[in-house]
Amino acid sequence: MTINLKVWRQKNNADKGRLETYVVKDVSPDMSFLEMFDVLNERLITEGKEPIAFDHDCREGICGMCSMFINGRPHGPKQGITTCQLHMRSFNDGDTVVVEPWRAAAFPVIKDLVVNRSAFDRVISAGGFVSVNTGNAKDANNILIPKPDADDAFNAAACIGCGACVAACKNSSAMLFVSAKVSQFALLPQGQVERAERVEKMVAQMDEEGFGNCTNTGACEAECPKSISLENIARMNREYLSAKLLANKK
Amino acid sequence: MSTSPKLKSKIPDGTLENKWTKYRSTVPLVNPANKRSIEIIVVGSGLAGSSAAATLAELGYKVKVFCFQDSPRRAHSIAAQGGINAAKNYQNDGDSVYRLFYDTIKGGDYRAREANVHRLAEVSGNIIDQCVAQGVPFAREYGGTLSNRSFGGTQVQRTFYAAGQTGQQLLLGAYTALQRQVGMGAVSMYARHEMLDVVVIDGKARGIIARDLTTGKLERHFGHAVLLCTGGYGNVFFLSTNAMGSNVTAAWKAHRKGAFFANPCFTQIHTTCIPVSGDHQSKLTLMSESLRNDGRIWVPKKQNDTRPATQIPEEERDYYLERRYPAFGNLVPRDVASRAAKERCDAGYGVGTSKMAVYLDYASAIERYGKIEANKQGIHHPSQDEIIKLGKSVVKEKYGNLFDMYKQITGEDPYEVPMRIYPAVHYTMGGLWVDYNLMTTIPGLYALGEANFSDHGANRLGASALMQGLADGYFVIPYTIGEFLSGEIRTKAIPTDHPAFDDAEKSADERVQKLLSIKGTKSVDYFHKRLGKIMWDECGMARNENGLKKAIAEIQQLRAEFWKDVRVPGSSNELNPELEKAGRVADFLELGELMCVDALGRNESCGGHFREEHQTEDGEALRHDDQYAFVAAWEYQADSKWELHKEDLAYENIKIAQRNYK
Repeated sequence: MTINLKVWRQKNNADKGRLETYVVKDVSPDMSFLEMFDVLNERLITEGKEPIAFDHDCREGICGMCSMFINGRPHGPKQGITTCQLHMRSFNDGDTVVVEPWRAAAFPVIKDLVVNRSAFDRVISAGGFVSVNTGNAKDANNILIPKPDADDAFNAAACIGCGACVAACKNSSAMLFVSAKVSQFALLPQGQVERAERVEKMVAQMDEEGFGNCTNTGACEAECPKSISLENIARMNREYLSAKLLANKK
Repeated sequence: MSTSPKLKSKIPDGTLENKWTKYRSTVPLVNPANKRSIEIIVVGSGLAGSSAAATLAELGYKVKVFCFQDSPRRAHSIAAQGGINAAKNYQNDGDSVYRLFYDTIKGGDYRAREANVHRLAEVSGNIIDQCVAQGVPFAREYGGTLSNRSFGGTQVQRTFYAAGQTGQQLLLGAYTALQRQVGMGAVSMYARHEMLDVVVIDGKARGIIARDLTTGKLERHFGHAVLLCTGGYGNVFFLSTNAMGSNVTAAWKAHRKGAFFANPCFTQIHTTCIPVSGDHQSKLTLMSESLRNDGRIWVPKKQNDTRPATQIPEEERDYYLERRYPAFGNLVPRDVASRAAKERCDAGYGVGTSKMAVYLDYASAIERYGKIEANKQGIHHPSQDEIIKLGKSVVKEKYGNLFDMYKQITGEDPYEVPMRIYPAVHYTMGGLWVDYNLMTTIPGLYALGEANFSDHGANRLGASALMQGLADGYFVIPYTIGEFLSGEIRTKAIPTDHPAFDDAEKSADERVQKLLSIKGTKSVDYFHKRLGKIMWDECGMARNENGLKKAIAEIQQLRAEFWKDVRVPGSSNELNPELEKAGRVADFLELGELMCVDALGRNESCGGHFREEHQTEDGEALRHDDQYAFVAAWEYQADSKWELHKEDLAYENIKIAQRNYK
């Protein structure tokens, strides 16, 4: 099949950037979307042109590094998968496909389709952990956790930190990402000690990074490759409110 | 045979059971005040790197962490699926530290160090405790206790897991511990940085040269010690289950600076991967070994059978693992299972369009689970449809994400038709030679996790990589590093304008400029794919003398061609992924040759290293313990020139025997 690509090219953060058109022929339906980019880049290199920079690593949908905004949707048209797992059989011969980077003030473009997502790391550093030094643990089965709670915590913890939620949101909100981590620990006994402090600090850092607020549109949940639930945002709001109320009591 | 004087393994005295306990209690310490002025560089942020960095920072050391990805959370440990072993004996099925130790030595085909493996088994339980304390959401039973499953090469259930995302959850646990230290200012994080050289001053590792991948700027960083936690080198084969960026560069630079490289030919070919679909393929995807718990592997009994799997009746199927290895069945170790798949396909029994695949079938597991579930739910006389429906939901809970992934990649639904699988390069048991302290032959330079060679012998058992990475980082290096650092408390930070830093930066820069200046006609991938094909054909699942000799000559020629004809676009002062790849492939082109040299020198079959000349009558690997019960540690001397140093493997506690999974 033949695919007409319109790809965002931007030399660096100072460059204004523009869409450029590439026609890719002989695309196999079994190729992944990124493999199509490999083929295109191979051609660009042979033609003496600059290949397209894009982030990718594991190519099995778990590292969270790939990040393409395809036809107006993060990770493309299919639900519950990352760009690297999107295969060309999801497109038709002759399709025009527009590929852009994640767009958000907190995710500045580095080059072409590559953005800087270090804001997420700083949000985790602010409180997305259980403060337990190595060597302080008791026997694992001394902490009994009801299976439903463990499952819910796992579902929240499945977030891969790719940033699709931010890219999908009209407000560039990171609430789905932040709430997934807050929820994981709020649901587990290990997270109780720092429960209030954690949510306050993470939300403060999220605001400082320039992420927008949540207006319950739900685009994040619809586009999340790991189907992280919007319930987590509700839980985070509850956690945040109770943390504030508790703080006021003191 | 005797151990080379250059290899001091520093294995402590005492009985096997007491070595680690005694050593841990007597290894020299660094007092808290001195720790504050000691700097440690950690390269790589996977399970080994993140856990080591977090723990060392907790102890009070000043730590710098480097990773080439955009965040430490993306390191390839994240992709490990199936689980992590630990000798907890929660299942009351006869597990113990000794049994885990024994299984690991045997699984490694008697080519690992007893003392290291026993230590690994001893700390395995602590890892689970630590991870649970961090909030890692392991799978649990209804009573709230942790759940276990089986993995290859064992007859107990000792594998802890979090669906098919165990690596992700463990890495995120270590990552959050690391980010906590970053937030506290105890760790400085350098993401999108790649180490290009190690700086050696007066014989000791004292820092690194790193390239900021965003700006292209070369940076100098001092450390009293340097820890390489940079993973394995499976990408030398181009197609592997490794991430696209996984590379050998840090380890290889260390090797060229004097760190010996041990058992480079010991690579693991994983049994259950999705087969190659075409020339465009950029990587191979693993289907977790945990699938072999419940899935049954078969091929048609008839050669070139083109019927769809579901139309082949039961009596015309050859469940060849169950047939050949009744005791372990589908759960034989990876090397054995991979070779058996290759044997069937080579003999003409393969399935799928390429005929290079075998079936992994879930039909009987779905039925079995369906019946159990119907019983649990009190459904009497369930219909076959009900059973299948219930069974599918159980399978979905256990392996859902893996089944989804298979469907996404192949376009086939594994709940309805058997999966097609074929072996693929997955893990490298070889790596930098380290002593009991995890120190390489360069004082102050350490290698942890997959980057070292020490614990898995010639074949790693499933769910043991996560265990080793975290053992090294959380529970080994924090103690053993004291042996070296206690002697460094008077060493002031060395300014980075020292001539050794000048030289290292200059040579790193020259290499970058050289790659850009060739302006040849072929892309980096072109060379990488050709190298991969040579390695897979001649140094893959089966090897022989002629093939290896041919491969060595071909690799030398390919390397010469690369340095004459590679085309690297762009410049050195910007984000340039092609330049990054070029540097890594240049190193693979040297490593590939050493792997073949090592494979050629080892005139026996053991674990993942199968020399066709050395096999039993029924095609099993044939070791020659009298000649090859040693670690082959290679010292770099010049291009294509290495000196072999041997470390004898003494088995004092285990009777060395031919592995028998029958």
